[in-house]
Amino acid sequence: MKTIELSRRQFLKGTGALIVSFNLFPPASDLFAQATPGGEPDPTQLDSWIAVSQDGAVTVFTSKVELGTGIETALAQIAAEELSVQLSKIKVDMGDTSKTIDQATTSGSRTIERAGPQVRQAAAAARKELLRLASEKLGAPANQLTVREGVVSVTGNPYKRVSYGQLIGGKRFNVAIQAEGKGNDLKLAQDVKAKDPKDYQIVGKPVPRFDLPPKTTGELVYIQDVRIPSMLHGRVVRPPVINTAPVSIDENSIKQIPSIVKIVREEKFLGVVGKTEWAAIQAAQTLKVTWDKPVTKLPANTDELYAYLRNTKSFTTLKGVDKGNPTTALTKAKKQYEATFRWPFQMHGMIGPSCAVADVRGDKATIWSGCQGPFRTRASVAGLLKIPETNVRVIYHEASGSYGRMSNDDGAEDAALLSRAVGAPVRVQWSRQDEHGWEPKGPAQTQVLKAGVDDEGKIVAWEFTDYSLPWTVSSITTLLASEQIGIKSKTPGSGNGNQGGGEIYAFENSKIIAEEVPWLQSEPFPLRTSNLRAPGQLSRCFASETLLNEIAADLGVDPVEFRLRYLTGDKRGTEILKAAADKARWQKRSSPAGNSSGTTATGRGVAMTRRTGGYAAAVADVEVNKSTGKVAVRRVTLAHDCGLIVNPDGVKNQVEGNIIQGVSRALLEEVAFDGHGVTSLD
Amino acid sequence: MAQISLRVNGKTQTVAAEPDTPLLYVLRDDLQLNGPKFGCGLGQCGSCTVIIDGNAIRSCQMEVKAVGSRAVTTLEGLGNVKKMHPIQKAFVDEQALQCGYCINGMIMATKALLDKNPKPTDAQIKEALAGNLCRCGTHTRILRAVKRASGQKV
Repeated sequence: MKTIELSRRQFLKGTGALIVSFNLFPPASDLFAQATPGGEPDPTQLDSWIAVSQDGAVTVFTSKVELGTGIETALAQIAAEELSVQLSKIKVDMGDTSKTIDQATTSGSRTIERAGPQVRQAAAAARKELLRLASEKLGAPANQLTVREGVVSVTGNPYKRVSYGQLIGGKRFNVAIQAEGKGNDLKLAQDVKAKDPKDYQIVGKPVPRFDLPPKTTGELVYIQDVRIPSMLHGRVVRPPVINTAPVSIDENSIKQIPSIVKIVREEKFLGVVGKTEWAAIQAAQTLKVTWDKPVTKLPANTDELYAYLRNTKSFTTLKGVDKGNPTTALTKAKKQYEATFRWPFQMHGMIGPSCAVADVRGDKATIWSGCQGPFRTRASVAGLLKIPETNVRVIYHEASGSYGRMSNDDGAEDAALLSRAVGAPVRVQWSRQDEHGWEPKGPAQTQVLKAGVDDEGKIVAWEFTDYSLPWTVSSITTLLASEQIGIKSKTPGSGNGNQGGGEIYAFENSKIIAEEVPWLQSEPFPLRTSNLRAPGQLSRCFASETLLNEIAADLGVDPVEFRLRYLTGDKRGTEILKAAADKARWQKRSSPAGNSSGTTATGRGVAMTRRTGGYAAAVADVEVNKSTGKVAVRRVTLAHDCGLIVNPDGVKNQVEGNIIQGVSRALLEEVAFDGHGVTSLD
Repeated sequence: MAQISLRVNGKTQTVAAEPDTPLLYVLRDDLQLNGPKFGCGLGQCGSCTVIIDGNAIRSCQMEVKAVGSRAVTTLEGLGNVKKMHPIQKAFVDEQALQCGYCINGMIMATKALLDKNPKPTDAQIKEALAGNLCRCGTHTRILRAVKRASGQKV
């Protein structure tokens, strides 16, 4: 061992280079941050994606962002795998619009599926170039080189070696790569062959997440923790009821509060800026404002709401399945079933509310944002301030979860308006009441289902109609502050999706549609709507799976067995359902179980769904208190097929969290409202 | 503004603040301690938790003038990434967080619990952490982390 150590040292001496060094050089991301001042990184340049510093540390640049789901670590695993470097050598520089390419928002639980191949191919292109450089340096053809932990050596001659840091450290690759398409569909370096997944050493291994240690010590800088020199604190003053504007403002009402800088009013937007956060909070709470009378009124209760959903003409119909003729088949069916389901408004419920910092100087702006889509926020702020998008730089810091909430960063717009008004950097944080009252809610939905069964107990007709409010807040509409200063949405919004209505089942006659019902949005009002985790699908899946379970029970058939009859030809669907049933030690029988004595009834439920490329099937063991009706979920067994798994413990953490959040949403969560707005404010 | 002396994480510091400012804003904005987080400002979520006199306290609900000479401990007072407190390490070992926004409160409430009850039962842990909200759904992992931190079988 000692001899080898010496030899290695002598070799290194000979090359006059350091192979290992710690923190001797600034990270490559800092070196290159200055490389694109005001300019747009070019997707066809390898340097836009990967940088290697002199100590061999690798920085991956991506506009996908860590929202708490672990993608930072998973993307790093993918890059480490392709480059054959230690995972600890990888840093992921996320979500700075001046340093990254627009890969579209981080959404849909699809970052690994969409950005994973982009990072993989960029890393594979970097490896290819590094091998080319090493081949020149070592005088051996690339096919005789092997890479281990960022060091390239000649196969069979381990003393002929050179590290990535020595080859390119601190320098630009200046290599062009193929880049076709945009955003999620961007295809990178398709001509470069990546590793065969069967050779993976790092991808597929459970690793601790990068972001967790500094989160447990207070060292991770969340968006709420960003402080800029000479930063002021802003708060937005929200109207008490929907859709109103300030008629008069009594400035004297906050005279006694020290450190107030300015009351800012633009059209319906009203805010205060103070030198301290406490001053801004008190001013926003104390400021006396007379608001005009609202001109639109919400449905005043749930009955009115669901009547509105059923009776209002949709602006678009999302078509899921259109197969055979379910209407005719229904009339011919031996037995017919019909069911209606209602799903309430639900909120994202981030623990920490919206927060952003803006520094607007003339026609330029820097925004610190916890958004899911830095480029989307860049576009929205540019539209708000009426300046070119390229004059806005968005710098990402993690917010509090998100769950879809930060697809639309309202706080960034608030901060931008206030900063512009005072000519200084302004930090805005929403109050709990602001967040719960004004965050865009997961839309209310109702479904009408009809099914027909023939003589042999086979489903021959399936009609599934989802009536949903759209996302009034989305990439194609305007955000709150924009609306308040008079920039109107040109569309009623984006659809709430149509997956989960039973499309996985091979019914002979099936029609699955989602009617998107326009939601009052002539003016800003608090019951805004947007994408909430697995948009619309919890509701649709609940309806579809519940009716299937009820039909199976009525026919006296085991509900797992019943589903498998309609999953023929769907290998993944069949396997996932069987896996969940096996793990849950499913006893074959029809439902319900026999009468139980005592105060508690026990039972079980099964459901499954497919969402884009993934399948999930779950079995729940449930108790119901017979006198109170209270439900207790004792155990959930879930099988999940999301394709290639990068970090198994990361996926497990997500699945566990989703079970808890999903059960909570199914049993406990409903946003209350009245004719004026949201009443669930704390 | 008043000059207010505070003993935080073993150090006495003087800040200029309005006496009725909630302690949370002084810790965060004046002392730049990012551990305690603003969640609700209503004492409902627990993300602003600090320890005063051995008790887990909601710093959003305590005026800074009420602290007096009592010692305040924040998350930063427990440890840092290079030198973690066993509770912080247990949370990392169990990968017991996702977004991590609530975790300050979970860890500080755990610290207050274990200082009084070094080997809590599952029921006692759940009771001690019941006022701390987590939206990501890492509850089962948090329970394991607390057991691990208390040297009990996970």
